[in-house]
Amino acid sequence: MVSFELSDEQKMIQETCSSFAADHMYPAMRDADESGEIPEEIISRGWELGLVGGCIPEEYEGFGEGLNALNMVIALEELAWGDLSMAMHLLSPTVLAFSVLDQGTEEQKKNLLPRYCGEEFKPASCALVEPYYDFCPSAIRTVAERDGDEFVINGGKCLAPLAKESDHVLVFAATNPGMGFAGVDAFVVPVGTKGMEIGEREKNMGVKALATYPITFKDCRVPLAARLGGENGSDFLRLLSRSRLALAALAVGMSRHALEHSRDYARERVAFGEPIGSRQAIAFMIAEMAIEVDATRLLVWEAAWRCDKGMDFAKEAALAKNYAADMAMMVGDRSVQIMGGHGYIRDNPVELWFRNARGFATFEGMVMV
Amino acid sequence: MIDFELSPRIKATKNMIHMFAEQAVRPIARYYDEHEHEKPWDLFKMVHKFMGGGMAGAFGTSGKEEKAEKEGEPKEKKPRETNLAGAVTIEEIFWGDAGIALSFPGPGLGGAAVQASGTPEQKERFLSRFSGDEPVWGAMAITEPEAGSDTANIKTTAVLDGDEWVLNGEKIFVTSGKSALEDSKGFVVVWATVDRKAGRAGIKPFVVEHGTPGMQITKIEDKLGIRCSDTVSISFMDCRIPKDNILGSPEVVDKTKTEGFKKAMATFDATRPLVAAMAIGVGRAALDFIKETLKEKGVEIRYGINPNRMTVLEREIMQMEADLKAARLLTWRAVWMLDNGLRNDLQASMAKAKAGMAVTRITQKAVELMGPLGYSREYLLEKWMRDSKINDIFEGTGQIQLLVTARRILGFTREQLK
Repeated sequence: MVSFELSDEQKMIQETCSSFAADHMYPAMRDADESGEIPEEIISRGWELGLVGGCIPEEYEGFGEGLNALNMVIALEELAWGDLSMAMHLLSPTVLAFSVLDQGTEEQKKNLLPRYCGEEFKPASCALVEPYYDFCPSAIRTVAERDGDEFVINGGKCLAPLAKESDHVLVFAATNPGMGFAGVDAFVVPVGTKGMEIGEREKNMGVKALATYPITFKDCRVPLAARLGGENGSDFLRLLSRSRLALAALAVGMSRHALEHSRDYARERVAFGEPIGSRQAIAFMIAEMAIEVDATRLLVWEAAWRCDKGMDFAKEAALAKNYAADMAMMVGDRSVQIMGGHGYIRDNPVELWFRNARGFATFEGMVMV
Repeated sequence: MIDFELSPRIKATKNMIHMFAEQAVRPIARYYDEHEHEKPWDLFKMVHKFMGGGMAGAFGTSGKEEKAEKEGEPKEKKPRETNLAGAVTIEEIFWGDAGIALSFPGPGLGGAAVQASGTPEQKERFLSRFSGDEPVWGAMAITEPEAGSDTANIKTTAVLDGDEWVLNGEKIFVTSGKSALEDSKGFVVVWATVDRKAGRAGIKPFVVEHGTPGMQITKIEDKLGIRCSDTVSISFMDCRIPKDNILGSPEVVDKTKTEGFKKAMATFDATRPLVAAMAIGVGRAALDFIKETLKEKGVEIRYGINPNRMTVLEREIMQMEADLKAARLLTWRAVWMLDNGLRNDLQASMAKAKAGMAVTRITQKAVELMGPLGYSREYLLEKWMRDSKINDIFEGTGQIQLLVTARRILGFTREQLK
């Protein structure tokens, strides 16, 4: 039966994440963006929210009941309201941990999952995006060829979050090039493996506080057991779709903050004797921003609900993610426009959201629900 | 718990209505587009027979449900989903054809106003007719030549004279006005002012029965689309109606307060999402058509690929699909709130604004993408483009919905944000 009401558990997640975002993340957002560094204290406090360990069952040393896409998109929206870079940094282990939990072999689960259930934040990286203008997850150029007891990985990646800081990178490579999504597998590759080289930290337009790296693979050899799901491999489209849900939820949260900021500014800023929000030119922009933020959230919820119900959700997740990317850009642009010249100044947060927003069209992987 | 699964009851209704729309409505859609002012009477009789009080939940309940609840023994508390059922049903029937669906017999907006602010006696007197043997229509007359969205500017007057109200003025754009007043024993709810100086507080709804002397239909409009539905002008010249045909209190209690007006306007919080559902039905018809055509031609839409690899066609179709779904979800949220007794004025306006804009765009794009096939009257697509435009206009234009949304988001009164 159709309902839009959050469960008690979801309300609690929402409240906890929301106050963490307001009390700790947002106040540090600007400094983190300027310096490129996130204060360790924020991450260790954020880790205490237990979002990763809370999804991992006890048998793998976690304290949760398994993956729950809806719970996670609700959490991600709140965290991205606080700051996108910090949210992505804090949840960098999700792609590896949740992929393993969802599709790993028993051995992979036992070996890897307990690492992300400790009291200390543990980063993990994901290498999916590649440095080509026409990059598309259905046509990945990095290849993994089987050679006896090993896979040999060759290719180049970029936008791998926290690659240098992590012990493991989940690397997506084509085992059957030309087969689209079905031809892609994931490999758990320890950082430091021969043939894998992590380059200098990337300089991006937005999410500047999130450390991302390019990685090149030259005859990088990993054992067969490194393949996610072992002999059977894994369902790449499903993992990709889970990460698209996460990114779309982040876009909703960040855009909601931009909307709220624009709303408050339009109420307070006076021009020609009255608040600029009293003019339809501004008010209508804000109304459309509000409608689109809500619309995107509902698209994300519906896709996440399908995911949790075990229904097909790849199409819904893709539509939601693309919609979210467009929405975030529209909202980001208008939040700058509404502040006029002030929006262009780095004293104000809107230009940061505007830069971050453009990333959603490019980001794939990086975070997962 | 967040849930997007329709209940078995609504699903069954949805399937039934879809079959009906496909088999009984779609095939005659073109005929009634090209023969404006003709009516599908056989279909009306069938609709009336099988759906009783005119699609019940669809355009305001006929009062039956409430009655049944009161008379019946105390039963387990089930969450209400009347309005959701209405939205789902409307989407299906409008998928069949918007003009014909709009012209269906039933209480309509007028009935919804009686339902929202009538006394039990009035509900009985005005609404019981919808369960009779013959199709009947209820209509609503708000708009005037000089007052559209600006309803506070209504100039039609109502003056109490003994036991009667005397109405004078002119109403335009009355949907199903002819059906209600000339083709059946229906009524029209007329908004008139009892005190022009009182502004909004002086504006009251009055029920005027068919055949009341002094009331005359002066024009039947020719329209861009939804041609099966009649839209009329009505003039009132010393039109006398019983004193107790006023809905709500006649008192202009406090000129600074507008409770009566607000209450009656609350009708629209219920009907706005339903108008959004109408739009979504038409949009889905267009989207289904274009997707089926592409499928027949072997053109694949590659969902899941990155935007930088999409063809223009793929990008457009995906955007249309996402927009339509977003509009539907916003609509479902608005009706769900109503079913659960939550204030939904903001969400109702958001849904109506999104649906109206999305669907006019979807149908316009669909015509463009289908090239000469889209422009040809051989297919219904061009008709859907014409039909859908009304959804961005009636029951509050898209701009009015944005205005209402913006006021609520910004926390501004209508004086602060005009």
